Amino acid sequence: MSERKIRVLVGKPGLDGHDRGAKVVAAALRDAGMEVIYTGLHQTPEQIVNAAVQEDVDVVALSILSGAHMTLFPRVLKLLQEAGVDHVLLTGGGIIPSEDMEKLQVMGVGRLFGPGTSTSEAVDYIREWFAEHRAADE
Amino acid sequence: MTELRPSERELLNAFQAGEARALARAISWVENARPGFERLLSALHDRVGRAQRIGITGPPGAGKSTLIHALAQVVRGNGEQVGVVAVDPTSPFTGGALLGDRIRMTSAAGDDGVFIRSMASRGSVGGLATTSREVADLMDAFGFERVFVETVGVGQSELEIAEAADTTVVVLTPESGDSIQAMKAGLMEIADIIVVNKADRPEAARAAGELKTILRIRQGKAFDRIPAHHGVDLSEITRRKLAPGSGGEPSSTAGEAAEASGAEAKEWEIPVLLTVAQEGEGIDGLLAVLDAHFEWLGRSGVLEERRRQRLLERVRAVVDRGLRTRVWREGDGEAILERARADLESGRRTPYDVAGEILGALGPGSGKG
Repeated sequence: MSERKIRVLVGKPGLDGHDRGAKVVAAALRDAGMEVIYTGLHQTPEQIVNAAVQEDVDVVALSILSGAHMTLFPRVLKLLQEAGVDHVLLTGGGIIPSEDMEKLQVMGVGRLFGPGTSTSEAVDYIREWFAEHRAADE
Repeated sequence: MTELRPSERELLNAFQAGEARALARAISWVENARPGFERLLSALHDRVGRAQRIGITGPPGAGKSTLIHALAQVVRGNGEQVGVVAVDPTSPFTGGALLGDRIRMTSAAGDDGVFIRSMASRGSVGGLATTSREVADLMDAFGFERVFVETVGVGQSELEIAEAADTTVVVLTPESGDSIQAMKAGLMEIADIIVVNKADRPEAARAAGELKTILRIRQGKAFDRIPAHHGVDLSEITRRKLAPGSGGEPSSTAGEAAEASGAEAKEWEIPVLLTVAQEGEGIDGLLAVLDAHFEWLGRSGVLEERRRQRLLERVRAVVDRGLRTRVWREGDGEAILERARADLESGRRTPYDVAGEILGALGPGSGKG
C-alpha cells in the first residue's frame, strides 16, 4: 500500500537563466514515477539546502550552465553536511569539463551528466543509487 | 497506544527540540506510512490545536501559491512562524509528480521561519493528499502559529479542504467570472472568504460584484443592497413587505428580528476581497479578515464544534487505513484474490463472492449490515 517514492529536488543555483535542461530532466524523473520538487531559477545554495531539508528529499540534482560549478557544488555539499543532511545524493549536470567532474566526485558529489546524456541514464543512476542507499533504511 | 520504539523516541526528542530536520523526517514517516508513524502522531497529539489552519483553494493558476507567499511574508514580518503544506497532483499514469509550488514562494523558501512542504496527491482525489491533515497536525505541533494548506488546482468537487481547515479561502481570478455560476454548487459553498486575485486585470470589480450577488442569493438576501432601479428602490420594497404587520411571512419576520437582536455572532458574512498577490496589494486586508474569521470561529463556538467533528473523522480515517493495511498488507487479501483470479476471470465466481471471502478472513461480521 505505501510505496516509497523517490523524492528529488531539481534546482538551478546561481545566475544563469537557462532552465530548459532542468525542466526536461524534471519531467523525465516525474515520468519515471519520482516526486520532483522543482525550485525554479536563481536559487542560492542556502535556499536549495533549506528546501532539501524541509522536503526531506533523497536526491538533490543541480543544473549549472554558468561555469560556476566548482563554486556551487562544493558550497551546496558543505551546507548539506552542516545541516546534518548526509544521506542525500548530490548530483547534477551542465557544461562541466570531465576533469572538474572528477574533482567534484572526489569531494563527495555524485555522478554528473554533460550535454547529450539521455534522460534515462540519469533516471537509472538515481534509481540504482536509491536502491543501494535508501530503500533499506526506511 | 504502545510505547515508542527507540528510533521513534529519538525523532520525537529532536522534533520537540525544534529541529526542522526532525519535522521534515516526521512528515516523511507520515506520508510513507512508515511503521510507527501513528505512535508518533499519538505522542504529539496533545500539542496539536494551537495553530490557525488556513486552507487556500481555487482553480489552477488563480495565484494560490503566490498569495500564500505574500501572506507568509507579512506574518513573518510580525515574527510569526509559518508552515505551508502545498499539494500538487500525482500522475495517475506514472505515479510521478512535479511539485512546483515552491517556485512561487522563492523568498519565503530561503527563510527559516517559513517551513514549506510539497506533497504529491498520491491518488487522492479530494484536492489534498490522504495524509495532508496529519502533516498539518505535525506543523501545528511543531509550534507554527499559522499553517497554510494549499490544495491542488481544483474544479468543483475537490472539497476536502473545508473539513481540514479552520478557515477556507477560495481564490479566483477576474476571468473566473463565467464559471462562477457553475461553481456555486461546490467551491462556493465551502468558502469562508473569497479572494479575487489578479485584481489589476479588467473586470475584477465586476467579478467581485457578481460573486457578492451570488452569495446574497444563497443567503436568501437576493434583493438586499440593490440600488434604485428604474426609479424603484427594491430593497425598500422588500423591507416594507417583510415588516411586521405588513403581511410579510412570519418566518421571515422572525428571522430578521433574530438577526437584529445580536445573533450576528452566529453568522459569518462571507467577504469578497480583491488582491494583487504578486504586488502584495490587498494582503494586509486579507490578513485582517483571516484574523477576524478566526476570532469569530472562537467566539461563536464553531471552531470547537469543527474540531470535535474533526476528532471523530480522524478516528474513522485511521480505522479505515488500519483496515486496509490489515486486509491488503498484513492479511491474506492479496493471496485470496490471487487464488480466486482464474475463477473470477472465467466467471465461476463473482467479485462479490471473492470480496466476501476476503472480508470473512478478518473474522465473523456482526451480521448487522
